[in-house]
Amino acid sequence: MKIQEADAKSLLLAQSLPVPDWEVAHTADGARIAAERFFAGGAERVVIKAQVLVGGRGKAGGVKLAASPDEAAQVADAILGMDIKGMTVRKVLVGAAAEIVKEFYLSAVLDRAEGRILLMGSAEGGVEIEQVALVHPEAIIRRHADPLLGLLDYQARDLAFAMGLGGHLKAAVAIAKGLVTTMRAYDADLVEINPLAIVREAGPDGAPVERLVCLDAKVTLDDSALARHPGLEALRDPDDEAPEDREAREAGLTFIKLDGTIGCMVNGAGLAMTTMDLVKRAGGEPANFLDIGGGARADKVAAAMRIILDDRKVNAILVNIFGGITRGDEVARGLIEARAQQTRDVPMIVRIVGTNAAEAAVLLEQARFQTAASLDEAAAKAVEASRGTGAAA
Amino acid sequence: MSILVGRDTRLVVQGITGREGEFHARAMREYGTQIVAGVTPGKGGQTALDGAVPVYDTVEEAVRDSGANTSCIFVPAAGAPDAVLEAAAAGIATIFCITEGIPALDMIPVVEMVRARGARLIGPNCPGATSPGRAKVGIIPGPIHREGRVGVVSRSGTLTYEAVQAMTDAGLGQSTCLGIGGDPVIGTTFLDALQLFAADEETDAIVLIGEIGGAAEETAAAWAAAHLADVPKVAFIAGRTAPEGKRMGHAGAIISGGAGTAASKVEALEAAGFRVAGSPTELPGLLRDAGYRG
Repeated sequence: MKIQEADAKSLLLAQSLPVPDWEVAHTADGARIAAERFFAGGAERVVIKAQVLVGGRGKAGGVKLAASPDEAAQVADAILGMDIKGMTVRKVLVGAAAEIVKEFYLSAVLDRAEGRILLMGSAEGGVEIEQVALVHPEAIIRRHADPLLGLLDYQARDLAFAMGLGGHLKAAVAIAKGLVTTMRAYDADLVEINPLAIVREAGPDGAPVERLVCLDAKVTLDDSALARHPGLEALRDPDDEAPEDREAREAGLTFIKLDGTIGCMVNGAGLAMTTMDLVKRAGGEPANFLDIGGGARADKVAAAMRIILDDRKVNAILVNIFGGITRGDEVARGLIEARAQQTRDVPMIVRIVGTNAAEAAVLLEQARFQTAASLDEAAAKAVEASRGTGAAA
Repeated sequence: MSILVGRDTRLVVQGITGREGEFHARAMREYGTQIVAGVTPGKGGQTALDGAVPVYDTVEEAVRDSGANTSCIFVPAAGAPDAVLEAAAAGIATIFCITEGIPALDMIPVVEMVRARGARLIGPNCPGATSPGRAKVGIIPGPIHREGRVGVVSRSGTLTYEAVQAMTDAGLGQSTCLGIGGDPVIGTTFLDALQLFAADEETDAIVLIGEIGGAAEETAAAWAAAHLADVPKVAFIAGRTAPEGKRMGHAGAIISGGAGTAASKVEALEAAGFRVAGSPTELPGLLRDAGYRG
């Protein structure tokens, strides 16, 4: 699950990482009030940042500076409602604009190849790390945290020196270790600070001091662990989840909407991907990925059918079930029940093999479903059916 | 011979009194697997599978009494990492973890600890392994198999069944069919599986079923190019139509930053001498084309 920058910063702050103060505003007036507070605190300018769950906000015009509360309101007004890569901006983050001396990149990520947490740091901050990896792979420093003990002090020091942060060693070590602590505290699979920056601020006596701070934050959470962090569910961005996605999640289905016309209902993730691939290979376009999971019962099948049919582009449905834990006759009953309830008639190609396939075949034949024996045949028939209805419409 | 499971498998089922554990323990026993013990903390002294299998409170007791050497875990996600560690501490050599939905970070120390004990973990979130005609551990349906000499390894569940069924229908039997699991952090990788098959005298050909995400297929392909040059080998990769940045059901099945695509995997496998099928049904034909005469 992705979370907004402001929420990610709250998690970092809770782990005692240095994050400059910010406020979230939902309206231009709210941005003005927040800006007034930062100006009163001595800020020369404020930064207004769109809170959307996509990268490249800056390039899209979603990050702007303002020199007065009025300007902050104007800028916020322009950013709120803006469309960035298909996401509507509904809130902005407001903070004092930092005087940046130098920018770095630092992240902790789950490295699946090694089965460990990987720290990645670079002195080339503020740009997309994928770009750095392409152009200057040697500019990225990589260190793995110990699988049992986490990131050790000497590893963090080594990383800090290699990044050129020797002048801010204590802060750099604390931040690097803090990223791993944050990851483990919330079961994140990514904690990214870009930029991590040396900023110039007024010290307690008014003289300028330099400090290492987390200017931006990106955190993604492991969906499998959300159940043990009840507070984090509240950070789910309702705009990041379409109504059909929410319905699927609540029904215990894994659903991903695509652009095509052939709805797919499959048990098992690998087989669901394969079914999409074979639809495409047969000349059609899959409308979705949908895994009904193991041991799916009739009501789950009916929910899956509703979600597929809610997509008005769908003009044919391919059901592919390889029964193992899942019983074929349960799925067949679910399909019959779902068809009785459905509001529009769409041709359905059903293939059920494995556990209780013979019982399923009898039920499907009685209900006059169109069936297929092999996966390739099922895909071909679904494509044909989709073309047929497409031409008629 | 076969790999990981066989006639000398003496299985303890952790979570045998649960719904899934009981159901699949029964199916494994019907297939011919020697189930020597079950473990459910608090139910020690009872029996499972109609009195046929003694239940113990701890894996240690089960091992001491029954000589179990392999474990199959059906414990829910919250307790599964601990169940793996308990099995490894009790001296179990081969541990299959079927459980789905374990937080990825939980598995990092577990994989490390199992390795330090010299044990082998398969999974989590895997369907297990079957050595046809000998034994099956896990949830792969027994009837789809046929005895033979093709080693099958896959990251998936039902897609594995699909591929195995296609092989069986074409008369190509299997030495062992192994599902390694779709999670990001797993105990046994494609590379490990290929190394086991390479050392197995009863495996003469390889079927590898991969999917988008990570680079485990590429790593295994590079090794196979050097060490399995003369072995007929075929592959299938799921997810050619998967969009970037979306987790396709399996926690590990995600294309990120342009890495982990089906195209990259297909290219690496073909460069390593694998024939890559466009559909699981084409696997047997391609294996014949590759010179397999089993």
